[in-house]
Amino acid sequence: MVQVHMTVNGEPVTADVEPRLLLVHFVRQTLGLTGTHWGCDTSNCGTCVLWLDGVPVKSCTVLTVMADGHAVRTVEDLERGGRLDPVQQGFMEEHGLQCGFCTPGMMLTARWLLDRNPDPTEAEIREAISGQICRCTGYENIVRAIRWAAAHPHAVEVPS
Amino acid sequence: MTVVGERPNPVGFGRMLRKEDVRFVRGKGQYVDDIQLPGMLHGAILRSPHAHARLVSVDTSAAEAHPGVRAVITGKTLEGLKLAWMPSLSHDVVAVLATDKVRFQGQEVAFVVADDHYTARDALELIQVEYEPLPPVIDARRALDPGAPVIRDDIAGKQDNHIFDWEAGDRARTDAVFAGAEVVVSQEMLYPRVHPAPMETCGAVAHLDKVSGKLTIWSTTQAPHAHRTLYALVAGLPEHKIRVVSPDIGGGFGNKVGIYPGYVLAIVGSIVTGRPVKWVEDRSENLMSTSFARDYHMRGEIAATREGKILALRVDVLADHGAFNNTAQPSKFPAGFFHIFTGSYDLQAAHCQVRGVYTNKAPGGVAYACSFRVTEAVYLIERMVDCLAAELHIDPAELRLRNLLRPEQFPYTCATGWEYDSGDYPRALRLAMEIAGYAELRREQAERRQRGELMGIGVSFFTETVGAGPKKHMDILGLGMADGCELRVHPTGKAVVRLSVQTQGQGHETTFAQIISEVTGIPPEDVEVVHGDTDNTPFGLGTYGSRSTPVSGAAAAVAAQRVRDKARIITSAMLECAPEDLEWEKGRWFVRGDPTRGKTIQEAAFAAHGSLELPEGVEGHLDASCVYDPPNLTYPFGAYICVVDVDRGTGKVTVRRFIAVDDCGPRINPMIVEGQVHGGLADGVGMALMEAMAFDEDGNHLGSSFMDYLLPTSMECPSWETGETVTPSPHHPLGCKGVGESATVGSPPAVVNAVLDAIGVRHADMPLTPAQVWRAMNGRPYRTDLAIP
Ligand code: FES
Ligand code: FES
Repeated sequence: MVQVHMTVNGEPVTADVEPRLLLVHFVRQTLGLTGTHWGCDTSNCGTCVLWLDGVPVKSCTVLTVMADGHAVRTVEDLERGGRLDPVQQGFMEEHGLQCGFCTPGMMLTARWLLDRNPDPTEAEIREAISGQICRCTGYENIVRAIRWAAAHPHAVEVPS
Repeated sequence: MTVVGERPNPVGFGRMLRKEDVRFVRGKGQYVDDIQLPGMLHGAILRSPHAHARLVSVDTSAAEAHPGVRAVITGKTLEGLKLAWMPSLSHDVVAVLATDKVRFQGQEVAFVVADDHYTARDALELIQVEYEPLPPVIDARRALDPGAPVIRDDIAGKQDNHIFDWEAGDRARTDAVFAGAEVVVSQEMLYPRVHPAPMETCGAVAHLDKVSGKLTIWSTTQAPHAHRTLYALVAGLPEHKIRVVSPDIGGGFGNKVGIYPGYVLAIVGSIVTGRPVKWVEDRSENLMSTSFARDYHMRGEIAATREGKILALRVDVLADHGAFNNTAQPSKFPAGFFHIFTGSYDLQAAHCQVRGVYTNKAPGGVAYACSFRVTEAVYLIERMVDCLAAELHIDPAELRLRNLLRPEQFPYTCATGWEYDSGDYPRALRLAMEIAGYAELRREQAERRQRGELMGIGVSFFTETVGAGPKKHMDILGLGMADGCELRVHPTGKAVVRLSVQTQGQGHETTFAQIISEVTGIPPEDVEVVHGDTDNTPFGLGTYGSRSTPVSGAAAAVAAQRVRDKARIITSAMLECAPEDLEWEKGRWFVRGDPTRGKTIQEAAFAAHGSLELPEGVEGHLDASCVYDPPNLTYPFGAYICVVDVDRGTGKVTVRRFIAVDDCGPRINPMIVEGQVHGGLADGVGMALMEAMAFDEDGNHLGSSFMDYLLPTSMECPSWETGETVTPSPHHPLGCKGVGESATVGSPPAVVNAVLDAIGVRHADMPLTPAQVWRAMNGRPYRTDLAIP
């Protein structure tokens, strides 16, 4: 067992883990943050995408010990202070999700893209999400959802 | 700025944001693998590396001794429990764990239950299995060769790999039309084995409560009620002591219809250990062992006049069903609904024969949004029509327009007996051509050809047959394909509707609320939709084959009509008038001629629960139920046009445009319908160009991970262009026809026709990968079901 320290969604976390434990399993099973998903054995699907130090990574390809001393951000942190991120709103507005399994990873990549490029073209959006697979939507509405978020950059209150 | 949720929702049909999304966008969906129970253990399956081998011995001692391992289960253990084999969905049996032989690579051999998932996997490595390899049957076309190894020697007296012969249509009449035809074109084609590959793999959590004797199974199932009944039949457990819960499902596409050995093993694991057991397969297990789709080797012949009037169709199919016949389809139809292969055209005669064979591959066959093999049927006819167009030098769109059924021919009974409910086919194709700018595209293509560039335009027209189905014709293992619905309006006018079907992303929590809303006038946000839990929903066969809206949607509409009718009686008691004197406007009954005197459905609901005296024989409360047995199937249709560019040097195909005009009757929620179409179009691009599950001569699966089984990404998919026509179904209470699989069914031939149009080749089999296209251009297309020669 190895002790790791990191921040997850801004909160400090300390845990003893097996050196081989994948970050996706740490986040999902140890921390119970099941919004991050798992969908393949080969780093192809992107359902496991989360942020490591502000950059989207495939957490099925990161060992938990590699995140020691770093900052992890997951889908659970997109909504802040009762306000959805515009990306979350965009996915609802433009029907950017169906089964919802790829959605957390897609939204985290979208947020990263918009932070760097607030007004991306369709081609830039398609390239940004090209490492992630959605089996349901045919991508069109994911592109529209991210465009929606670009056009509505300020989070608004969402009646629940 | 638009604020999510601020706009008023439509009362009834119309664009409305999805109710389920509020949890999904927060990462708060609950999928099977998200379930954590106190004391839960984890299972993992040891699988065969061989496609065909005798099982000599399985030594589990080292695995059992491994710290953290709670149980190791083998075929022998299951034999003791009489659970080593389970009934398939097609009058065959399936091995839960191998006892005598392994029959495909990836078959289940042993099951380890341990404290955690990693330990379970470690222990798999410690199981010693001795195999005696046998020659496998890989090429379906050699499965019936004399002397071919017999795969199913577990079946008493079985001497070959034959499963069934089945035919439809009138052979003699078809032969006669062919004999007199001016033009006959024939073509062999393979609809290759593909996999639904939902982003969430299959899995289950089983928990047997020893005190109450109640078994709860959370599993990735599209058909929770059918699963419960099957578990009762297989395991001999009383059905009322079994609860199947299908929580949020990360895509199904037919992959989650059947019962997999892993589900049964999780149950056995829980019985053996007395603790909850979770089993979730990995991606390779999903691709190698769970329900594949298609694998139809087809030979089509089309007869026509020289002017291009299509007269007849003759089809011979060899169907590769893998090692066990476990296709999920109505019992009387071993080839599913393939015999709708006459498609959208008015033919004089048609005949097909289908022969099913065993091979050393995973079982399955009906999955991946195929509407029970309408996918194969549409591919066949739409390829044959293009072959005929090439033979006659007639534009493929023009040839279709000459032969499409005309609106006045509906209801139309086709040559193989299906009764199409309604349609205006030429209108849909003309609309697609208009959106595409068809004539202009052909001009551009001619210009590019002059410059040596390869541009292709592909057309397809499809007729779907969905909403299975009338009970008198359709059942699965004796369970009729009707669906129940229960609607209860609470005193304050809010409602709960309970469905037998289950969503895997189709948005039932929204659309079914809209159905209730359309009929009763209760706002959709006031309708709670309960589904996917056998303890809390009425019986029905589940969601697949695009059947939710045609069958369960009809059940919901009828239940809502019954509630509305009852509200009329209650309102008449409230207003002291006769029910016949009341008129309905959405949400309210009022006195004919005096619109100010009326009661809303909410007022009626409260009165129904109050002290109001109701007429003799009318009970209180406001609820109703329905079991809907559809009188016929529904027949959605559409016209698709695909435009591709092909790189001459590499064979790489780029889908430049895709135009899809769909007619599924009235659209309950147009946003959701369009989303369903988009997803199916991406499927079509994937199957036509990328998705390959070939096997080498030893039976090694060559598409067993996402490194090799390629799914379309945002880069392969164009921006979809959609259009619609609306032709209601005359027999569905809302006119709705279903749409979930339309685009998956209709799009592959459009893509293939476009690529072949670009390269000027009569036929090459999917997937049209760069290698296959390049080889086809050079006159040497290969068989995509085998290792590339
Ligand atoms: S789980 Fe598929 S890329 Fe990480
Ligand atoms: S919404 Fe189902 S995989 Fe993307």
